[in-house]
This record gives sequence, C-alpha cells and structure tokens, in this order.
Amino acid sequence: MLFSERKVIPLALCGALALAAFSANAADDHQGLASSPERAGANSKIVEPGTTAQAGRPVIRRLTSDQYANSIADIFGPGINLGGRFDPEVRKSGLIALGSSEATVTASGIEQFDNMARKIAEQVLEKSARASVMPCKPAAENAPDPACAKMFLERVGRFLYRRTLSEQELTSLVELANSTTGTTKDFHQGLARTLANMMVSPSFLFRFEKIEADPDVPGGLRLDGFSKAARLSFFMWNSAPDALLLDAAANGSLHKDAEFRRQVDRMLASKRLESGVRAFFDDMLNLDQMETASKDSDLYPEFTPAVAKEAREETLRTIAQILVAERGDYRDLFTTRKTFLTPTLGALYGVPVVTRSVIGQPDSWVPYEYAKDSPRVGLLAQVSFLSLHSHPGRSSATLRGKALRELFMCQKVPDPPGNVDFTVVQQTDNVLYKTARARLDAHAKQPMCAGCHKITDPIGLALEGFDGSGRFRTAENGEVIDLRGSLNGVAFKSPAELGEVVSKNSQVTSCLVKQAAAFATGSAADATATEWLKYLNEAFVADGYRFPGLMRRIVLSSAFSDVQTKQQASIAPAASGH
Amino acid sequence: MVMNKMNRRTILRGALGGAAVTVGIPFLDCFLDNNGKAFAAGGKTLPPVFGTWTMGLGLTPGFWEPKTFGANYEFGEDLKVLTPLQKKINVFSGLRILSSQVITVHTGGMAGLLSGGLSAPGKPLGPSIDTLIADQVGTRSRFRSLEVSCDGTPTSFSRRAGGVVNPSEFSPIAFYQRIFGADYVDPNKAEYKPDPALMLRKSALSAVSEQRSDLLSTLGASDKARLDEYFTSLRTLEKQLEIMLEKPDPLPSCKVATQPQDGERTVLIDHVQKNHELFVELMVAAVACGQTQVFNLNLCGALSHMRRAGSSNTYHTYTHEEAVDNRGYQLTVGWFQRQIADMYFKMAQKFDSYREGDGTLLDRMLVLYVTDHGDAKVHGNENIPVFMAGGAAGRIKTGLHVAAKGETLSRLGLTLQQAYGVSVGTWGTEANTTSHPFGEIMA
Repeated sequence: MLFSERKVIPLALCGALALAAFSANAADDHQGLASSPERAGANSKIVEPGTTAQAGRPVIRRLTSDQYANSIADIFGPGINLGGRFDPEVRKSGLIALGSSEATVTASGIEQFDNMARKIAEQVLEKSARASVMPCKPAAENAPDPACAKMFLERVGRFLYRRTLSEQELTSLVELANSTTGTTKDFHQGLARTLANMMVSPSFLFRFEKIEADPDVPGGLRLDGFSKAARLSFFMWNSAPDALLLDAAANGSLHKDAEFRRQVDRMLASKRLESGVRAFFDDMLNLDQMETASKDSDLYPEFTPAVAKEAREETLRTIAQILVAERGDYRDLFTTRKTFLTPTLGALYGVPVVTRSVIGQPDSWVPYEYAKDSPRVGLLAQVSFLSLHSHPGRSSATLRGKALRELFMCQKVPDPPGNVDFTVVQQTDNVLYKTARARLDAHAKQPMCAGCHKITDPIGLALEGFDGSGRFRTAENGEVIDLRGSLNGVAFKSPAELGEVVSKNSQVTSCLVKQAAAFATGSAADATATEWLKYLNEAFVADGYRFPGLMRRIVLSSAFSDVQTKQQASIAPAASGH
Repeated sequence: MVMNKMNRRTILRGALGGAAVTVGIPFLDCFLDNNGKAFAAGGKTLPPVFGTWTMGLGLTPGFWEPKTFGANYEFGEDLKVLTPLQKKINVFSGLRILSSQVITVHTGGMAGLLSGGLSAPGKPLGPSIDTLIADQVGTRSRFRSLEVSCDGTPTSFSRRAGGVVNPSEFSPIAFYQRIFGADYVDPNKAEYKPDPALMLRKSALSAVSEQRSDLLSTLGASDKARLDEYFTSLRTLEKQLEIMLEKPDPLPSCKVATQPQDGERTVLIDHVQKNHELFVELMVAAVACGQTQVFNLNLCGALSHMRRAGSSNTYHTYTHEEAVDNRGYQLTVGWFQRQIADMYFKMAQKFDSYREGDGTLLDRMLVLYVTDHGDAKVHGNENIPVFMAGGAAGRIKTGLHVAAKGETLSRLGLTLQQAYGVSVGTWGTEANTTSHPFGEIMA
C-alpha cells in the first residue's frame, strides 16, 4: 500500500503509521546519491537558475496500464485482481509517456474501466477484506451512514485523486453512497459502487496538472503542490504519491527547497525507485511490444510466449541491477557480460541454468556471467532486442540497425517510400543471396533505398550471428556469416566491439538524457529545452553516467516544476538541432 | 400510403429539381423495404448494418480486376472464390489516393477510403466513415460499433475525430463475454425484467458525467477535446445501459453464439484463419441479435506479417523479395492473396446464410474490403482494389464492376456515407475533396 515502504499496512492505520514506517526504512536502506560522500558536496546546489528557456508546461496524462495497476496495488494491496483490458497505449516521439499526454478513453475503453472498477471495489469491500480498509463501522449494515461513508471516501479519494477532495466532491460522493445504499439496503454495496465511480472518474484516470502563481518569482507560475507530487511520484516510482508526499503537498512544504530535496532523496532511497527505472526503460526500449512478439515455432521452437515474457524481464533485471542496485554507469549496459536467466531462457541461449532457493523460496531467476569470448555482450545481444527487431521467421539487420538508431540514439530513420522497385532482388534466384548481407547489398543497389539502408544495415550486420529469435549461429544457409559492420564510420567486427562503440557514442548518452527528461515532464524536448538538456548532459557526464543521479538532476531542475507562460515560450531561443 | 409509391431517390430528385446529388440521403425507416426485399421481422423493419474488413497489401494488378464493366462481370483470377456471391458484390478498380505529401507506405488506401485522404502534416487522420455511419445509424443498438482483430493485436482502422482509435478486441473469448456475457439480454425471451444492477450502474455513472462542466472549464482547447472524447465515451456507455434497460424487439434470426475456444495470438496464417472464423461466427450472432449495426474486422493489419508455418518469410516480405514469373506474378504472394479472398468469401457467406424474412442478413448490410496498396510488389498507391458485399438494406445496387479510372477513393467513402444517411455533401482532403458520389451504385 502507498503508506508503507515495505509492509502492507491496513489503510485505516496507515495515516498514523506512515511517517514511522518510512523513518525506520529510510535509516537502513537509504542509498541515494545525496548520501554519497563524494557527491553530496557537488549536489548541494543543483537547481539551476529559473531562466525562461527551462520552464516546462502543465500536461494532462492518461494513466498507463502499469500506473493504473501500480496505483491500485499500492492503495488497496497487491492481491487485487484487475481482470480487464486497457485501451492500447499511444506512443509519441518514441515514448508512451508522451503519448499519454494525447491519449483519451474510447467507448470500449470506458466499458473496460467500468468493469474493472466494479470488480476492484467488490474485492476491496468484500466482507473478509473490508476490515483492513474501513476506518469506521456503519451504524447499520443495511442503511446509509453518511459520516462513516465520508470518512472512507475522503481517505481513499485522497490517494485515488492524488489530492485533497473538495467539500463539494465529497458531498456528491456521499450522496451517491447514500442513495445506492438506500436502493440495495447494503451499506458496503453502496460504498463499493461509489468507489467504482471514483475509479472511472477522469480525476483518477487522468493526471491533471494544475498551475498556480509562484510567490517566489514575480509573474512566475509553477505546478501546484499535488501536481508536483504526482509528477515526482510517477516519474520515480511509476505510481501515485504516497501519504508523505501528499502531506508535503497539502501543507505547502513541497515548495520549500529543503523539503523537496528531502522528499526526492527519500524516493531515490526507496525500493520503489526500481519500479520507476524499469518503467522508463520499458517505455524507451518499446519492451511492451514483447507481449505480441511471436516467432515461427517450426523455425524457432524455443521461442515461446513464456520466453518472450522472460526476455523482457531479463533486460529489465539487467538494467535494474546495473543502474539501481549497483548505481553503475549507464554505458555499461552495452558492454556487460552479466545477466539474469531462467531455465527456459537458458534453453534459447544454449546455457544450462540451475535454479536456486532464496530464503527457502524457489527462484527461477539466476545471475549469470558470460565468458570473455562469448558474443553475448550487453543489451544489444539479449533476446529481447534481437527478437523484437527481427521478422517472425528471420533476422533483420535493417530493423536492428534502425532500432539502435531510433531507440538508443534518438534518430529518426525515414519510413520506406511507396512504389519501390525490387526488381534486383525479385528477379534473382535466392541461391545467390544466402546471407542477409548478400540480400541487402543487392537491395541497396537501388539508389532510392541506399540512403536509409546505409545508416541501418552496417550496424545490424554485426548482430547477424543471432537469428530471428536471438539464438546464436555462425552460418546462414550454409555460408559463414560475416560480422563486420560500422557505426558512423567507426568499424567493428563482432557484437562485443559493437557494444564498445555504442557505449562510447555521445549521442547514445544524450539520447538517454533527452528521453528521461521527456518521460519526467510529459513533454517532448523543444526549443525551450535546449539549455536544460545541455545542462543535464554535462551533469550526467560529471556524475559518471549514473541514472538515479540524472533523475535527481531532472526533478531538482526548475524545468521540472516551474511553468512557462505563452509569452515566455515565444521568446525562447531557437533549437540548435541534434 | 403515398409514401409507398415513392422511393428515396424520387424524393431526393424532387427536392433538388434534378440537380446533381450533393446532399446526404436522410435515413427514413419507411423506405427500407423499397427495393424488392422484405426485411420485416415480426412486423418491424430491421435496420441497415455497415462493416469494414481490413487487410494490407492489396492484390496483384491484372489478376483480380473483372474484364468487363457493369453487371454480370467475372472476377479476375485471384478473386474467383467470390463468384458464388457475385450478384451481391460490387467491385471497384482504378481507385487511388491523391496527396501533395509523401504517402507513407501502408497508409494510403485506408486513409483515402476511410478518412477521405491524408490530413495536414502533424495532424491525425480524420474520422473514419464507420464512425460517421455509426453516429448516424448505430445509436439505437447496444454497441455503437464493435472492433475485432484476428492477428492477436488491438490493431484497428476505426478512428473518431481527433485521432482516437477504437481498439480491436483480439481474444475471441473476451469478445464473446463482452457481447453474450452476464449483461446480454436475449431479444427473443418471452419475459423481460430490467436488471436492477444495471439501473444502479446507469444512475451512478450519470454522477461522473456531471463532473464534465467543472473539469472542462479549466482546460485549454486540445485538452478539452481529449476530455470531451472521454465524456462522449462515457455517454455511449450510459446509452448502452439505457438500451439494455428497454425490452428489445424480437429478432427471429437471432441465435446466441456459444462460447468459443480462445484463439492463438500469432500471425501464423492457420491461426489468423481460425481467429477469423471464430470472430465471424460471433459477429454474425452479434448483428443478428441486434447488438450492433456497425463493425470493423481487421484481418492482419496493414503490414501483413502473416506467414506460413515453417517459412522464414512473411507475406509482406514476399511482396518485396519474391521473384516474379514470366507473367510478372509472384506465386507465393498470390497464394496469400487467394487465401485472404477466401476468408472474405467465408465471412460474407456466413452473413448470407442467415435468413431474415425474404432476404438474408447480408442483404441488409454492406461489408467493405479495405486495403492499403494497389500493386503489393511495389507498394503502389494506384489501382487500389475495393470490393463490397451486401446491398445495405436496399440502399446500394449490387453485382456491379465500376471502373473508376484514377478517381480518388474518397468518392466511394462519400457514396457510402450518403447511402447510410450521413448528412454530408462534400468530403475529403486536398485533391481528394469531392462532391460526387458514385451514382451508379446508389439505389
């Protein structure tokens, strides 16, 4: 639940226990950058001057399916079964986080939300469960009790709506609970229907950001406390704000620099940080698409839906281990030989995996380190990347190269045009084109195709040692595969060397900065963000490419919580280009 | 009654004094039986139904077009399978999309036919004709429209204004539950008693609707439009509950579907075919039982990654890479295209097998085949094939081949909207803007 860092504490008790619970945890698992001696001094004044070019803008975002699920689990406990389907996420400029600023709810989507809300409310208030969430007992089970209903709805509503409810809102909700109870002759049914209504309301399904005058900056605007708290929480934890954050928003202390830093460092120290980091990389790497990745079972018998799910998890575990648990260097993701495997994944990788027990519980995930001469190096050689950017029945150097440029370097590879003449490939017996390199060379002889293929294929050809499912191979159609390739003129001849080249590419790190900033604020970088991104890039380098450090820089920047007026936007400098 | 001696066209011609037809034909129930078919069931007229059937990569030029125009045409080689339904199918050849912009691959046909062309750069496509028709004819059925996809993804080409896409259901079981689950009301059940739980739900949801003005008042134009779409969806759900609280009219041809096995979420053609079969079975039942008047069935997206077991190439890859024979024909591509035509035929045949009065369910509907490209081999944007089964309850003449000779797809989109009574005289974007429906198929 939202009120505890580690323990499931009944809703009715959590308000009182929250601070104590946090304090205890913070003392023993605080690992944030701010507590690190070598960084504490450097970060003592990280907020940049609030220039007009750095101010952001308020956005309205629809909750993503994960944010919905996390919010429900945090508010009501992890055992709640959602039992529904969400409207497809909208991806914009490479991120669902940006698409959520344009997403709405369709007619079939609202049906699903209504069904889910009713099922969730029933589970929350069913007889065996309600004791942990009800702050009071109704005077009678079969009659309205406005006072008790109000107490419950006020408490729950604060977490669902991520703000304090107005008296008018509460009055309407209590009236609904009373009237429904009057009809059903069941107090808890009346409450359940009202709770379901709250979960269908735009106030829950959308994150509304509100602005207010900034008393510290004449004429300036800023996000209000609750909007700031939600932006912080969804960025760092991918879930709704907890009690402490809402308290700080309600009493205004979140606007005070010291308290804001304290909250940020508390969140960085929390176990929930991993959830936020995973959500960002899941989004940036399009890993949600693994849900529908399918391969030909005749050609790739090891690639099952279970493998696809575990491949996604392998990548996220690798990222979480290096970036969060070890507070490591982002660039190491491209050169690491360490990973996590299950027996199922091991079958595809050709690696024997022996499971273990952790505190008496079987754990199918096992840390694994590849040998020095193994081609399995970094994220680019993991099944998730290799299989997602392949065809169902074969690999694709083009798709892999395109993915590297678009996902990791923030470059846009143009879509192929219509009316392409494929005569060269089509009129030639495929016997002459046994490998992808041969086929692509033939295809790229078309001048209109060569332009794009020359920026994608040389990258992907180094990964041709992995087939469409990500399995290792040395030959295709009996011909030894040539792994030579290049990225922006830098040559390599193996996946390991590709990983090295990618890790040293400054566009790769600046792309991460750009995407993280967009993910946090819900706005794609435009001309007004140039100075801010420059600052973040320099800070990221200075911080040793530590991702939690980057998150801290982002949220402590004025662009994260100050708001730009239209007039300010109009005088912002032009984009310098990327 | 005087009305019985007139038809809709007579009224229209009279109103316009013989001028070119540029207004939508109003939807008047009393005209529905005027074209030789009796659709009455239990003394009441059954409403028209509209469906789209989407699939990428078109057909091979020269192998699908009929050689003659007008009635009694013969299908080209790759559409031969449709022959048993020829009298109920119209074929359009020579249609294309026009634009001053680069037409991104796999978008042209859908954009042209469904949305009237591309939109301004950076702007979402306009609403698709299924939503415009649903707003006209589908407001009295439980679901304004139903969307399904056979390739395991929520892909859909149905979009409302503002770029909101109506997602497809990809699980046959989930689709069955949505229609024939606990909330389903059998129209042929002798006794009807409104479900008190539904009444409560409807009443409670109206409390959410009441938040509309407060929330909208604080927003800028684009956010307001987004939130307004949310409230439109909410209103649709309220309307759905409202309809479920009314006693439905008896529908003798309604047979409730049985719960299917769930489909496989892959693009293996065997699985896509099986999913298609399951969804068609359910959609026919949904239409026959009055649950919707508009549906969108997507076979395998525009990219068409459908493939055969054991083959490393997809249909899409074959269009790019397969060698052509001495006729300029790609054999494997042609095999996929004939499989696709076969699925369309089975779908239309299923609807046609449901008797309703003197006609069939197919007679009171129209299912539009929509694809992205003309020549699959080069992903061309000319001669984009379109065909349609069904006469839309007497609104469309059938059994005709129309040679459009380079006309814009939007003309056909306009024609269909007007046939279903949408009040539109001019439609389309850029050079696709048109006021001229295909009068040759208008009944």
